[in-house]
Amino acid sequence: MTSNLLVYLIALPLFGSAILMLAGRRSDKWGHLFATALSASSFGVGLYLFSQMLSRSGGNRAVTQNLFSWISVGTFQVNAGLMLDQLSICFVLLITGVGTLIHIYSIAYMSHDLDRRRFFSYLNFFIAAMLLLVLGDSYLNLYVGWEGVGLASYLLIGFWNQKPTYATAAKKAFVANRVGDLGLSLAIMISFATLGTVSFAGVKAHAGQASTASLTAIGIMLLVAATGKSAQFPLQAWLGDAMAGPTPVSALIHAATMVTAGVYLIVRSNFIFDAAPTAQLLVAIIGAITLLFGAVIGMAKDDIKKALAASTMSQIGYMILGAGLGPVGYAFAIMHLLTHGFFKAGMFLGAGSVMHGMDDEVNMRRYGGLRKFMPITFATFGLGYLAIIGVPPFAGFYSKDKIIEVAFNMGGIKGVTLGGAAMLGAAITAFYMTRVVVMTFAGNKRWDEKAHPHESPAMMWIPMVLLAVGSVASGFIFTHGNSLVNWLAPVVAPNPEHHSEMLKPAVVSIMALVAVLIGIGIAIMKYLRKDVPVVAPENVSIFTKIARRDLLQDDFNEAVFMRPGQKLTQGLVVADKALIDGAVRGVARMTVGTGSTLRNTQTGFVRSYAMWILLGAIGLIAAIWVVTL
Amino acid sequence: MDTFVAPALSYSLLSPILIVLGGAVLAVLVEAFVSRLIRPVAQLSITLGTLVLSLAQVFRIRHASSLTAAMGSVAIDGPAILLQGSILVIAILGVFLIADQEHFTGLAAAIPGSSEEREAVKSGEKVTEVYPLTLFAVAGMLLFPIANDLITLFVALEVLSLPLYLMAGLSRHRRLLSQEAALKYFLLGAFSSAFFLFGAAFLYGYSGSVSLAGIHDAIESSPGNIVLLLIGMSFLSVGLLFKVSAVPFHAWTPDVYQGAPTPVTAFMAAATKVAGFGAMLRIFYTAFENSYWDWRPLLTVIAIITMLFGAIVAIAQRDIKRMLAYSSIAHAGFLITGILALNKSGLDATIFYLFAYGIATIGAFGIVTLVRDSSGEVTDLNRWAGLGKRSPFIATVFATLLLAFAGIPLTSGFIGKFTIFSAAFESGNKAVVVVGVLSSAIAAYFYIRVIVLMFFSDPVEDGTSVVIPSFLTRVTVIASFAVTIFLGVFPTPLLNFISSTATFLR
Repeated sequence: MTSNLLVYLIALPLFGSAILMLAGRRSDKWGHLFATALSASSFGVGLYLFSQMLSRSGGNRAVTQNLFSWISVGTFQVNAGLMLDQLSICFVLLITGVGTLIHIYSIAYMSHDLDRRRFFSYLNFFIAAMLLLVLGDSYLNLYVGWEGVGLASYLLIGFWNQKPTYATAAKKAFVANRVGDLGLSLAIMISFATLGTVSFAGVKAHAGQASTASLTAIGIMLLVAATGKSAQFPLQAWLGDAMAGPTPVSALIHAATMVTAGVYLIVRSNFIFDAAPTAQLLVAIIGAITLLFGAVIGMAKDDIKKALAASTMSQIGYMILGAGLGPVGYAFAIMHLLTHGFFKAGMFLGAGSVMHGMDDEVNMRRYGGLRKFMPITFATFGLGYLAIIGVPPFAGFYSKDKIIEVAFNMGGIKGVTLGGAAMLGAAITAFYMTRVVVMTFAGNKRWDEKAHPHESPAMMWIPMVLLAVGSVASGFIFTHGNSLVNWLAPVVAPNPEHHSEMLKPAVVSIMALVAVLIGIGIAIMKYLRKDVPVVAPENVSIFTKIARRDLLQDDFNEAVFMRPGQKLTQGLVVADKALIDGAVRGVARMTVGTGSTLRNTQTGFVRSYAMWILLGAIGLIAAIWVVTL
Repeated sequence: MDTFVAPALSYSLLSPILIVLGGAVLAVLVEAFVSRLIRPVAQLSITLGTLVLSLAQVFRIRHASSLTAAMGSVAIDGPAILLQGSILVIAILGVFLIADQEHFTGLAAAIPGSSEEREAVKSGEKVTEVYPLTLFAVAGMLLFPIANDLITLFVALEVLSLPLYLMAGLSRHRRLLSQEAALKYFLLGAFSSAFFLFGAAFLYGYSGSVSLAGIHDAIESSPGNIVLLLIGMSFLSVGLLFKVSAVPFHAWTPDVYQGAPTPVTAFMAAATKVAGFGAMLRIFYTAFENSYWDWRPLLTVIAIITMLFGAIVAIAQRDIKRMLAYSSIAHAGFLITGILALNKSGLDATIFYLFAYGIATIGAFGIVTLVRDSSGEVTDLNRWAGLGKRSPFIATVFATLLLAFAGIPLTSGFIGKFTIFSAAFESGNKAVVVVGVLSSAIAAYFYIRVIVLMFFSDPVEDGTSVVIPSFLTRVTVIASFAVTIFLGVFPTPLLNFISSTATFLR
């Protein structure tokens, strides 16, 4: 099936971005409305395509559109083509739907910012790039979108780049992402070298013929790419700093959509990972490490956005873990991704709403008791909270428990370890999220007299309410009659054999609930029963200190990569100046010198010119003589 | 006693030359009998009309081929038509520049600084003898590449050279420099012509024939004394290499390019190169074809030292006209590699290169005529600093033409260099190609230095400015720019046309 509509999904927001950038200040008055309208119309196109998709049967739902022949060099043929299948439509609706809500929210949130138009042009650009990422029909097309969202993320993290620390945060995110991007480009190159193609369909068709070693190499490189974009261990350090961007950006890019691109990449490449068990296991391990890593950091953060960022890292760890569990896990990874998109975006918008009412204060120790002043924010944030910790029947319960269950059912040491990590993560999640809610909305007020907390305008809370609805209902909808699993089946081809069940679903759910209750209990004991000090206590255990320092991730990067890298660069600069430049300058000086010397033959006297001609003639004869001898 | 046979002339095939000569005679009459007031307009119209008519005639006979026109003393074939067409196009653009009378002295015969000269300047006289001179030179250039025997070749050489000697001395500003250039050019030209004639005599001695076909046959059957052939070939080459300014016969080039009025330099630099290399192509590809192994080392050495010398010495130049003169020397070296190739692609590439280079050269010198201060043209490179900020359009065009000279892609220069080097490489002249590429790299330095100077230096406040170009000058500059870009982006039509047309008749 082909459809000419696919390109409009991308073209509409791209057009909006271009118009806002080109029109400049002239569009200040209407730019935000224009951008929101274009994002919404892209969502409309997405809905229409979705409805058409529903009217077709399972195997025929995917549609493609070939735009033009992009690269044609020998056997390297790449078309700029788009593909909308059951997997990408999930993302299209998430990106445009949540994206549009966040556009609406931003109209109010950014209303005092002089550069609001620029912000909206970046947002539209992000939507376009992210759609290209999920719609591209080859790794190379995906790569363009992948770089595009990286650029949008960089521009938006550093949106207030007049603050040097924010600009640095943007640079940090960019550099960490470059490492991951290198992985993706290597994966594409290996794929072309071994399989001769980079399109999804082509790689899928030829994957069987390639050796396991090369598939493992591709898989590991794709994983490197995913760790960069999705802030997974060991490239996770940028996400916390990325919270420097305006809060709607944190919600859209650094919670709901862009950071999940790594999960998309791995699920999309299921045909590679299914044939490369080593790479697949590595994916699961990285996911398990990150979900604990993020959760531990989340326990120690006092900055509400950084706590949420750590939680994002941890939740994406769950998704990566799910994607690393193979055919049985893909659908649940995507399910968790979608439910997470709702509840985490909702909570970020809630955090933004709190900051909006508290003069941009982000330290939770200076909040307290806000539920009376911001009832709607409290309610929506609270629903998101119930969803993330996995309380039934909220969304997270369905998606997260499924991942824990599948992990346990892998069997053996692998199953116990991965499942145990996921279970532990659930308990910690409950702890730190309870801590966030309690410190922000419950307890005594700890803010200055000058602050006047107030509820945000409707333009802000309506999107929050809509996202809260998603946090409540999406889990049930996705699991009702296995709807999402069946929906995705043609793309990810689940294992037809019924897997062994080590633990019954009910057992897992009960165990998870117990873990969650323990987490909540500890948090309530620590933060609700006792007063929260306004200044973070200093006499804490070494573990708390390390957790506050983001588990030393920055110290590690600095000691292992940055300092030696700087030394290497300095050394290279010296070598470059002395050797390369020296050689080049030497040759140049020699040439100029030769020129100046030869110039002296130009005496201006006809007699000497005539002599040159005579000598030349004699030389010619001499030369020809020598040759013919 | 032999009966006198009236020569059979194919007038239509010779018409391009005859038209130009007729126009030249008419222009002489106009010079003698028409009132001073209307002379400039009359001469310009006659000159342009003649050239356009001649070009139309060349176009009309474009598919003709004949060895018998004028009793076999000229060959009308593909290369002849292509080279004549190129010369005429370049000549028309050159005349557009010459039409700006600002560059020419009022009274060429007056001694510099004398009272006659002052009077002539005061009366505002316009020199118009440059037009008939140009036409005579063009006629010689049209004959040079089609001449099929050594006598015709020599006559053509003189017909094209003598007017150029005079034209070089016509500059309005810096009269002494201009007259010195004219005299130098004349003396050295006469000297090299003597070599040419001497070489022709040796060749006749060797083969008993002055026709290129006769020499070709003689070499094939090799009856005579090889020494005569070798000396004849060397001396003939001296005359030809002098005209195309190959090292070590180049010494006149910088002085004459600098001293001559810039429009004349433009015309001379572009058109003489086409004519000279056209003749060389015919001689080396037809007459000397079978003694390739004798002349190949000779031209290899000449090509290598010409490329290197031109590129290296250009670096040390501080005057834009002298720099372009050395650049033209380096380009002569690149063109010799096309002759060395001695294959079909070498022939095609050389013809393409000549056209592309000629057009770009006219444009570049055309722009040099525009950069002036109160006392005439400014050719000191330092005073071109910051030109890009004051006259971005002119500076951009000039930069493009320089990039074409340097052989940067998307300009005609790149296609020219690429085709000519690949032809030489294909024929096994790898050393020349390596040196050619190296020299191109060296040459790129001084071209790009001018670009840097124009765009990245602060302007000097010394009254240097770009004058508003006259309509005709503007046409030349824009045409040259457009052709340079067009041939850089879509070279295929012209390359295909050349390759389907250019075959020497023997």
